[in-house]
Amino acid sequence: MTAALRFDPIRLPPECEQLRKEVRAFLAEEIAAGTFDPHKPNREDTDAPEFSRRVGAKGWLGMTWPKKYGGQERSFLERYVVTEEMRVANAPTRRFFVADRQSGPVLLKYAPEHIKMEILPRICRGEICFAIGMSEPNSGSDLFAAKTRATRTDGGYLINGTKIWTSSAHIADYMIAIFRTSQPTKENRRHGLTQFLVKMKQPGIKVNPIGQITGQYEFNEVVFTDFFVPDDHVLGEVDGAWKQATSELAYERSGPERFLETYYVLTELVRAVGPNPDTRSAEGIGRLVAQLHTMRRMSVSVAGMLQAGKEPVVEASIVKDIGTVWEQQLPHRVRDLAAFVEETATNRETLERQLDFAIKTAPKLTIQGGTTEVLRGIIARGLGLR
Amino acid sequence: MVVETAEKIFADLADPQTINNDKKDAWRAPLWQALSEAGLPLSWVPDDLGGSGASLADGFALLNAAGRFAVAVPLAETMLAGWLLAQAKIASPDGEMTVVPASPKDRITLNPDGSLSGRARGVPFAKAAKHFAVLAHGKDGISIAQVDAAKARIESGLNVGYDHSDTITLDKVQPVTIKPAPKGFDQTNLMLMGGVARSLQIAGALEAMLDISVRYSNERVAFEKKISKFQAVQHNLARLAGESAAALAAATSAADAIANAKAFDDEVYLEAASAKIRCAEAAEKGGAIAHQVHGAIGFTMEHILHRYSLRALAWRDDFGSESHWAVELGKLVAGRGADELWPLVASR
Repeated sequence: MTAALRFDPIRLPPECEQLRKEVRAFLAEEIAAGTFDPHKPNREDTDAPEFSRRVGAKGWLGMTWPKKYGGQERSFLERYVVTEEMRVANAPTRRFFVADRQSGPVLLKYAPEHIKMEILPRICRGEICFAIGMSEPNSGSDLFAAKTRATRTDGGYLINGTKIWTSSAHIADYMIAIFRTSQPTKENRRHGLTQFLVKMKQPGIKVNPIGQITGQYEFNEVVFTDFFVPDDHVLGEVDGAWKQATSELAYERSGPERFLETYYVLTELVRAVGPNPDTRSAEGIGRLVAQLHTMRRMSVSVAGMLQAGKEPVVEASIVKDIGTVWEQQLPHRVRDLAAFVEETATNRETLERQLDFAIKTAPKLTIQGGTTEVLRGIIARGLGLR
Repeated sequence: MVVETAEKIFADLADPQTINNDKKDAWRAPLWQALSEAGLPLSWVPDDLGGSGASLADGFALLNAAGRFAVAVPLAETMLAGWLLAQAKIASPDGEMTVVPASPKDRITLNPDGSLSGRARGVPFAKAAKHFAVLAHGKDGISIAQVDAAKARIESGLNVGYDHSDTITLDKVQPVTIKPAPKGFDQTNLMLMGGVARSLQIAGALEAMLDISVRYSNERVAFEKKISKFQAVQHNLARLAGESAAALAAATSAADAIANAKAFDDEVYLEAASAKIRCAEAAEKGGAIAHQVHGAIGFTMEHILHRYSLRALAWRDDFGSESHWAVELGKLVAGRGADELWPLVASR
């Protein structure tokens, strides 16, 4: 069984390095123009629709998708480069990130042709924002306990119920959500949920922002009251969402965003420590860089497997488990190491401001997009323990 | 091919359970003989220097396989010694070898009269070696030498894995052969190469520890069910899988980097140092979980677990510990500056 866990040393091909230069140049221009401050990790409540369109104009959204839907037919490894450069620069990606990573690929696989033709090009142009409607007040990690109902009506379904912790729902144009179309069966408790495309900003949907411990309002409660969804907005098999959920996970869980969320504090620590670190600082930085490098190599390896058409669900879960635990601990390790940095270090103020934010962000990192406990359950299943 | 040959020999002659039951060390000579007949200890020595001329990549894969069997003969050491001698176009002799020094802190000096002096601690399998491949510092730079082991003073010792880790002293010893190292080659290169070899062995040992821990958890019954059905045990094993995967990824990435590099530049340094640091951390965390899953039986000499867990811990110390490499890597990163960190990480 263990032989199945492979992380082959994939190298990014030469075209990726050219692309990386282009992305860096673009981001440098955006920073110079004042679009965002790379030292301020505030992506979460910054909506930047114009930036989103400019990224789309570069051809960097939906870049792996077929050209007829507005894509570029480029590789997952090229997409990887764009993602990591944006993340490290603290670029305001939230308007397009979910659509590009997750919602677009779901539509590509399950939406009817006319929906794909209508929506995918708009994602590629950076015009529209997506949210994911999974959790409910009594259904979080236990996805298949979802109760929000989709009841059959003329030409479609009526939706009643509440989704919660839905990131970006207050700005989203669409949501991909799972709703209950049938009761679970004795044989299969996962049966009875269906995936739907929901057009937001319409009567019947109420979005209530929820304050987070970072002081931001990024996630929401979304209440549906007799909200109508037409038949052609059903994605995939009715009652069969459970069959569709797993393939998404490898995309969602292994990307650079799963270990770079608090990366900025490491950069600022290196700046504060200066070119001649004492032994303690040097050792601390060296270990963190070794851990970071290793995770990135694992993550790139999974991107290579995705490019090769595999579904490395267990490997992706390992990347997210290790990556999110690391990025959660990072601000605390950096705080330890910064304790003896000269008070006069020029960027001490920036580092402290960043640490304040990163320390508040840290608790969510091992919860969102699959908790550590769920991930370890998936890995254990892969090992043949369940 | 190299790996398949080696795995067959290991399966036949280096089965951990058989070795563990053998109180007279009778397994050792036949294993070494079979490895030698297959040309494996001199994998990294070109044909014209007496070796079998395998690629660096094949040799690294062989070391990973050796780790999966916790192989306790100087295979890695002889491979590294042959590789070091070949850097100076010195042909490799038959028999076991090891490299001197095996720590970045020790230094051997080339005296004006052509003899070698110095002390090196923690030299793996020095006691078993017939020859040493020595890297020495002289007034004209670095030299590489083949030294008859009988001419050195050897204080024998054991590492935490019960393998020989000896202190050797050279007191004006005349080498069998000595030649200048190629331009740019230094002790750091040797330590990085040795560190990557150890990283692959550690990764292999962790793969084996994961394998036997999963198997044991599916057999052992407690509280009327297999312990693999307890969520606490499952999550521990999932973490062990993560540590094993991280070690394998770091080690194979560094091996790939060295196998394809033109020089030991900053990128190779990042890869090799990171591999040693991360594999050493995984040896500690992963080994602890493997022991936790096994309970008391894993703490006995009768059980094979210690052959992996203690060796993986011992290998941390060779060719620079993780603390050493972390300090060096930290200095490199700080010296390049904050804004050059990401370009370095993303260069791979």
